[in-house]
Amino acid sequence: MSIVVKILWSFLSLGVVTIWGLTLTGIVAKIFARVQGRLGPPVWQPFIDIIKNNAKRTAVSHGIMFYLGPVFRIAGGIGTYMFIPAIYGSMIFSNFSVSGDVFLVMYFIFFGQLGMALGAGEGGHPYSAIGVARGLAQMTAFEVPFALSIISLAVQYHTLNITEIVAAQQGGILNWTLFTNPLAVIAAMIAMLGMNMYNPFSVVIAPQETPIGPPTEYSASFLGLLATNRGIFNAAKMVLFMNLYFGGATNIVSMIVKTFCIYFFSVFIGVAFPRFKTEDAIRFFLKVPALIGLLAIAVFLI
Amino acid sequence: MEDIKDITKTETTIEVADVKPDREWRKDDASLMNNELPEEEKDWFADARPRKVMPAWAPIEKFFNWARAHSLWILAFGTGCGAIELRPLVTARYDISRLGMQPRPTPRQASVFMIGGYVSIKTLKRIVRSYEQMQGPKFVVAVCSCAINGGMYWDSYNTVKRIDQYIPVDVYVTGCMPRPEAVMAGFSKLKELILAGKAEGQNLYAEKFDWYKTNQKQVIKDWNMPDYNW
Repeated sequence: MSIVVKILWSFLSLGVVTIWGLTLTGIVAKIFARVQGRLGPPVWQPFIDIIKNNAKRTAVSHGIMFYLGPVFRIAGGIGTYMFIPAIYGSMIFSNFSVSGDVFLVMYFIFFGQLGMALGAGEGGHPYSAIGVARGLAQMTAFEVPFALSIISLAVQYHTLNITEIVAAQQGGILNWTLFTNPLAVIAAMIAMLGMNMYNPFSVVIAPQETPIGPPTEYSASFLGLLATNRGIFNAAKMVLFMNLYFGGATNIVSMIVKTFCIYFFSVFIGVAFPRFKTEDAIRFFLKVPALIGLLAIAVFLI
Repeated sequence: MEDIKDITKTETTIEVADVKPDREWRKDDASLMNNELPEEEKDWFADARPRKVMPAWAPIEKFFNWARAHSLWILAFGTGCGAIELRPLVTARYDISRLGMQPRPTPRQASVFMIGGYVSIKTLKRIVRSYEQMQGPKFVVAVCSCAINGGMYWDSYNTVKRIDQYIPVDVYVTGCMPRPEAVMAGFSKLKELILAGKAEGQNLYAEKFDWYKTNQKQVIKDWNMPDYNW
């Protein structure tokens, strides 16, 4: 298949995943509202917000790095998605999966945050700096159980290629990593709570104390870009988790159902629990989940 | 020694007389003077005046206005007792989020500026600052009688009576205090105005900028901020 066709298919699948990611955000906002006894915003509210933000007539930029912050962020989101095969065996949704792409994807998950940290830093607002410091600290912490879980997978499947990991899980529900390596899945799912920044680990966004976290100074189409990335990045992370731990997907319906269920895990925890302080969150990730991750590696090494 | 002196003499003949010594040389009609700022702070702030931004091509603008009307992000400025009526709006009973509205903690991201109550002169300074930091198109809803005509602070020495002499206001909600239903009716009115393309307060502010600035500086005596807080 020529590279041009592959790029075209990739962008088509990126569009589908963006729409799904934003709809997922809308559905989750609705679920949160219903849990709190409210009607909640319509499911398509994220789309209206993005249109409105891009339709703003003025926007303030504080310099070149501030301008590039959201660009890096969305590059991180697209980069994460582009190297994950969204649907196993599909030509359109296979993207640019190559050998060793798990490492590339892990790098891209971090990359957007770092770019955002530089951009938000140039904004000069103290709340941005606080948000960035909290975000990076928490990220470094949840990266530990997540990385240990990935290493456990590499030991288990003898590969770092996501497509091969998915291929190894085909042929029945009991072949999923969830059942063949439950310890790694537990560590990774706890890391996912930190990644999604719902309630026990929501101090980065912290709407009450540090207004809205890192993007405090971002307005108009900058914010639109960040919101679009939120959709892409959420969906990409869920697709990654589905591929690594829940057997991947062979068609789009199964992908949507599985990613929704995985996302719902962090929503379920989010509505039920109060919030950790940053230092407590770091301690939490470095204790039990990290130990579970180590145990998951040890089980396969012994 | 003689040679060196000659060289310095020839170098000083380069003409530099046309460059003015102070910041004036880069000022034009579109720049603000920021006279009230201390000299060392003048470079920290922008000196551009606000400009009128014309609406886009009509069908596109109509679509944009639809999006703006259905995604009102509120910057609530609880200046007075009216602010107490804003809290119930986000609770389960009134729930403005079902209309696509949500409170936003930073002026950069908000599109509706909500002034809840009387405006003291000290607060007016912050109101002007926050309003100017919002990105357009921006709308203002003034809640309570005090923001409209001074209300029970009519005789007060440090309260402004009509907020629309200092920033453009789109919708007033009367009452002392108005119930949340009344505030929501005000938002419905604002939606109608936005959908009809009549909520152009930002352009009005840019157009009558000097008039608004004169009014603001008449009451704010300790003006230690830039003339326009982009």
